[in-house]
Amino acid sequence: MIGVKNLCVDLGEFMLKDITLNIEEGEYFIILGPTGAGKTVLLESIAGLYPIRSGEIWLRGKDVTGVEPENRKISIVYQDHVLFPHLAVKENLLFGLKMQKTKAEEMANRLDWVSELLGISHLLHRRPDTLSGGEKQKVALGRAIVTKPELLLIDEPLSALDPETRESVQQELRQLHGALGVTILHVTHDFEEAIALGNRIAVIGEGHLMQVGTPEEIFRHPNSEFVARFAMTRNIFHGKAERKSNGDTVFKVDSTEFITAADAEGTYHASIRPEDILISSETIHSSARNCFPGTITHVVDKGSTLYVTVSIPPKLSCLVTRHSFEEMDLHEGKKVYVTFKASSIHIFN
Amino acid sequence: MSFLRYISKNRLTVTFVLLGALIFLFVVIPLGKMIFASASEAGTLWETILDPEVTGAIGLTLLAALIATLVGFFLGVPLAYLLARKDFKGKKLVEGLIDVPIVVPHTAAGIALLFVFGRNTALGQAFNFLGIQFVDSMAGIVIAMLFVSIPFLIDSAKEGFKKVDVRTEKVARTLGASPWQAFFRISFPLAWRSIFAGIIMMWARGISEFGAVIILAYHPMIAPVLVYERFETYGLEYARPIAVLLILVSIIVFIVLRTIAYRGDKS
Repeated sequence: MIGVKNLCVDLGEFMLKDITLNIEEGEYFIILGPTGAGKTVLLESIAGLYPIRSGEIWLRGKDVTGVEPENRKISIVYQDHVLFPHLAVKENLLFGLKMQKTKAEEMANRLDWVSELLGISHLLHRRPDTLSGGEKQKVALGRAIVTKPELLLIDEPLSALDPETRESVQQELRQLHGALGVTILHVTHDFEEAIALGNRIAVIGEGHLMQVGTPEEIFRHPNSEFVARFAMTRNIFHGKAERKSNGDTVFKVDSTEFITAADAEGTYHASIRPEDILISSETIHSSARNCFPGTITHVVDKGSTLYVTVSIPPKLSCLVTRHSFEEMDLHEGKKVYVTFKASSIHIFN
Repeated sequence: MSFLRYISKNRLTVTFVLLGALIFLFVVIPLGKMIFASASEAGTLWETILDPEVTGAIGLTLLAALIATLVGFFLGVPLAYLLARKDFKGKKLVEGLIDVPIVVPHTAAGIALLFVFGRNTALGQAFNFLGIQFVDSMAGIVIAMLFVSIPFLIDSAKEGFKKVDVRTEKVARTLGASPWQAFFRISFPLAWRSIFAGIIMMWARGISEFGAVIILAYHPMIAPVLVYERFETYGLEYARPIAVLLILVSIIVFIVLRTIAYRGDKS
């Protein structure tokens, strides 16, 4: 088990206070928080790379708070990979094994194992600056796991990637976790990413740990305004995808059926970006396939834009500009229609 | 017509080319004229090359500058790393003071060094006990060169270390590298190009030093001092061949080192 006890870290501008986490052996644990919440520093503190104010770090029953980073058996993968630019991919992968004085035979075996596992055997002689973003990500992961760490720290692994690569790396991470059984601590600001990958999620913000729980608990039962907003401004649903006899695929949440462009069947998550949803006072005839009546239940004023929650049910968070908000005279309790395209629904695991 | 139109359309470029050409010629003409004038009297130049006093002086200059650079490398690179990586009180002051030799008149620098390393000073006597004297000796030439040229190496190495992402060191640490290993395996190789550029600058600056050296050690004579002495004693005609030789040697050394550095750049 990995334990973080009452950790306090000084970030100059503010403090991370009293962070306590208990991560199970082999768990995929997500730390979710907005940009600038000190997530990277939290990872560096756990790895021993950033001085902490107070608190303890425990790893497999041992207090490693005072242990040098090279003796902790904790690997880190940074957001922008941070490969060693002067070393070929192979040397990047072997670096940790060389530092740990691994025998030549064992080194060769591990190199084969990790490059096959990640599908990077063909890249071994390339230099990092010739690799694509996804390739760099794999090499960085390989370099981190080849030493068989007890804890793998991953910092925003998907945010620097384009959407397609992101999907495949996300898949890769899930498979990697399954294959290695290594404990992973992954930080992100992306709610979808957290739900897709995490066994459990810890939400941090305003220098504190706000809530720890399964993805379900976090987005069904947020324990604070902060977590609620973090979850609510993103429409994420748990439900069932079904193929209909007319060829459509629908995603069922509560008793509402959203028509989706995805081709899937089974239990999934679905998300709809608030800015993709149109609010109108009458039904709209358009190519958008989803149009539902609902009632405004909540309004969050963000200045020039507002988040308007419409209950069909389920509740949908929609982004509108102040101009349309005032022109349409939107207010809580008002009956409206919400419209969005089938392709606006994103289905994911 | 089209040429005139080009000029009127690119007035800034044309103006800057003219101004740039002036300063370029200002640098190149004296050097070129001296070298080509000597070429017409190749015999004199050849005589100069065979003059043991001249070759001795040039050899001494190159060697002393090399030793100064080596000392500067071993003491300067660690300081450069600290300045690039650590924040501490008075860091700006340290950085400023390290650069002072660049702006101090070099004869004044020589006087200052004499004041600390001279025969009758405590430090001078301590070194004397070890058999090292700084007045009129090779050691004196070396410390004079070291003093005036060390800022170039430290500044260049510091910039090099700053460009190395500190997280590469952090990753290395998590993979099992000690702070020493992280330095020698990651930071140093990554900053090496800047350090090497600093080494070239420092050596070149050492070779060209005159003011500080002449105060500490008129003898043994380094090449710039020999040029000065022949000019003072015998006049322009006698000073010129040595000057030409010194310029040629400097240029060749500079080109060779730049080429080595540039080849590293390509790989």
